[in-house]
Amino acid sequence: MTTMPPVADDSARIAAFEARIAADESIEPKDWMPERYRAQLIRMMSQHAHSEVVGMLPEGNWITRAPSLRRKMILLAKVQDEGGHGLYIYCGTETLGVDRQDLVQQLLDGKAKYSSIFNYPTLSWADMGAIGWLVDGAAIVNQTMLAKASYGPYARAMVRICKEENFHKKQGYEIMATLARGTPAQKAMAQESLNRWWWPSLMMFGPHDKDSSNSDELMRWGIKRKSNDELRQRFINLTVAQVKAIDLTVPDPDLKYNEATGNWETGPIDWDEFWRVVKGNGPCNGERIDARRRAHAEGRWVRDAAVAFAEKQQRDNRETTERQQTWTRLGDGATA
Amino acid sequence: MRASHPALAPALLRIADDRLILGHRTSEWCGHAPILEEDIALANIALDLIGQATLVLQHAGAVERAGRNEDALAFFRDATDFRNALLCELPRGDFGVTIVRHFFHGLYSVLQWDALARSTDQTLAGIAAKALKESRYHVRHAGEWVIRLGDGTEESHRRAQEAVDALWPYTGELFMQPADEADLVAAGTTADVSLLAGPWRAQVDDVLRRATLRAPSDPWMQRGGRDGRHTEHLGHLLAEMQIVARSHPGAQW
Amino acid sequence: MSTAERSWPLWEVFTQGKDGEPHQHAGSVHATDAEHALQNARDVYARRNEAVHLWVVPSAAITASTPEDMGPFFDPANDKAYRHPQFYKVPKGVKVF
Repeated sequence: MTTMPPVADDSARIAAFEARIAADESIEPKDWMPERYRAQLIRMMSQHAHSEVVGMLPEGNWITRAPSLRRKMILLAKVQDEGGHGLYIYCGTETLGVDRQDLVQQLLDGKAKYSSIFNYPTLSWADMGAIGWLVDGAAIVNQTMLAKASYGPYARAMVRICKEENFHKKQGYEIMATLARGTPAQKAMAQESLNRWWWPSLMMFGPHDKDSSNSDELMRWGIKRKSNDELRQRFINLTVAQVKAIDLTVPDPDLKYNEATGNWETGPIDWDEFWRVVKGNGPCNGERIDARRRAHAEGRWVRDAAVAFAEKQQRDNRETTERQQTWTRLGDGATA
Repeated sequence: MRASHPALAPALLRIADDRLILGHRTSEWCGHAPILEEDIALANIALDLIGQATLVLQHAGAVERAGRNEDALAFFRDATDFRNALLCELPRGDFGVTIVRHFFHGLYSVLQWDALARSTDQTLAGIAAKALKESRYHVRHAGEWVIRLGDGTEESHRRAQEAVDALWPYTGELFMQPADEADLVAAGTTADVSLLAGPWRAQVDDVLRRATLRAPSDPWMQRGGRDGRHTEHLGHLLAEMQIVARSHPGAQW
Repeated sequence: MSTAERSWPLWEVFTQGKDGEPHQHAGSVHATDAEHALQNARDVYARRNEAVHLWVVPSAAITASTPEDMGPFFDPANDKAYRHPQFYKVPKGVKVF
C-alpha cells in the first residue's frame, strides 16, 4: 500500500510515529505506520465488524415474534443498524489495504473471532430488552472510548456508530422496565433474562488487565484508551443503579458497594466459561457461523449476477439514466 | 363523528394487511441477505411496509369503532379475518422470489397509493401520499434487481424466470375489485383496483423485457385472500407473529 | 464454491445534509455499478434523514495527495496572511465595514 521509499532507520520512524500518537494526532490510511499497528488494527476492526454482523442473528431471531407493531419496527431498525455498523467498520478496515471478502471468508472459515456474547441464545422476548440494555450498554462504554482511537477511519466510524446507537440501549431498557412493571409473568420473564445476560455482559469487556495479551500494545498506540477492568467497572456502576430503578435483582449474591472507592464490587466472574465460549464451545457458536455461511452461500448467485450484469453494461456502453427517469416518473397520473 | 360506511373498515384492512404480511415476510431476511448492503435495503423496505400497515390499521380501528387498536388488529385476528392478497403471504423463497414479488406488489402499490392520495377520506389520502414515495423507491430497488437477475448469469436468469412463473398466478387477485367496495369507489373513498391492471401490465412488460424475462401466457389466476380464504402459509406466519402477544393477553409491551 | 470471490468494487459516498450545504464524505459502500451504488448509499447513509442529495464516486477514481505532500503542498499557504481580511486595518471610527 504505502508508496514511501524505504528508509534505513526504522526505529526513527517508529519513534516519530509514537510521537504522533502521543500528541493525539490522527493516523490516516496512507500515513506510515508500523506493520504491527496495521495488523493489530485489522485484527481488532475486523473482529468488531464481524461482531456487528453476527450480532444481527440473536436479535433477528425475534423480529418475527415482536409483540407489538411498534416493537417490531424498533427491533428491525436496531438489527438493521447493526448491519450498517458492520458495514461502516468493514469499510474502515478496507482503508488498511484488505478486501472485505477476505475478512468475511476468515469469519466463515472459523478463523476470525467475534464477540462471544452473540454465542448465547435468545430464549424469550425479554432477551430483546436485556441485549439492548446490557449488551449495547457495554458496547457503548467500549465504543465511546474507541471514538477517540488513533486511527482516523476507525474513530470516525465509531463517532457515527455511537450517535446511531444512542437509541439501542434506551429501547432495551424501556422493554425491561415495561416488563418489570407488567404482569407477574412479564416481570418473571425480565428477571430470568437478566439472570442469563448479566455475567456474559460483564465478560464482554474481556479478561482482567493482567490476563489481556493485546492490551498493552493497543493502549500504547492509542487504539484503546482505557483498560478492560476500568471499562467494566464503569459499566457495573452505571448498570446496578438501573437494575434497582426498575425493581429487578442483580443475580450476584456477593455484590456490594465499596464506600471508599464508590464502586460496586461483584463476585468472581467465571473465566472458565468465558474461555470455553471464546474457544468455540458456547451454546450457539456453531449455529451462528452456520447461519452466516448459509446466507453467504445462498447469496453467491445474486452477487455473481450483479457482477455479470455490470460487465455487460460496460461492454455495451449502456446508459442507466433512462431507467432512472422511468422509476422517478412511475405512477405519475397513471390513473388520473 | 359520523358513522362511516360499513364497507370502509374491511376495505382498509385489505390495504393494511397486504403491507403487514409482506413487511413481515421481508423482515425474515434481516441478517440473511446475499450481501450486507442488501440486508440494510430489505430492512428499510420492511420498515416502510410495516409503518404503512400501522397507519392504515390505526385508521381501520378508528373507523370500525369496536375498540381495537392497530396491535389488536395485527395480533389478535385469525387467518380467516386477514384480507391480504395471497401474493403477500407466500414464503419468502430465494432472493429472486423476494425481488420479483416486491416488484409486482410494489408497482401495484405505487398505482394504488397514487389513486388513494386523491381519496375523499383525508386520513387515507394523507397516508397514501407518504406511502407513495416509499413505494416508488421499493419499485426502483426491486426493478433494478429484476433487470440484474434476469440479465445477469445463466443461473440468475433461470431463477428469476422461475420466480416470475411461480408468482404470476398470484398477481391477478390484486386487480379484482371487491364487490362490497362499490359505494366507496363511487364516493371517491377507495380506488377501483381493476383500473390499475392496464398501467401495471405495461410497466411490468417494460421491465421484464429489459430483464430478458417473459410473463407466462396462462391467464388462470389464484384468488381468495381478499375474502379471507388463504394459502396454508398464512396460518404459520401468524402463529409465529402472534405467539408472544397472544400468550400475554392484555399485557403492555 | 468454484472460484475465489472478490468483493464488489468500493464507492465513496458523499452526502449533502441540507439544500445548499456542501457534500461531505460519509463512508463507503460496495456495488457493481453506479445505480446500485446510489441505492446502497441511500439505504446505508441516509436512513436517518441525513441527506437530501448524494454523490457516489468509485474509490479507485479518487486521486489523493500523499502524506509526503503535506509540507510542500500546504506549508506555503502559511505565510500569506494578506489573503485573510484580518490582515487589513480599517481607520478608527469606521464601525461597520
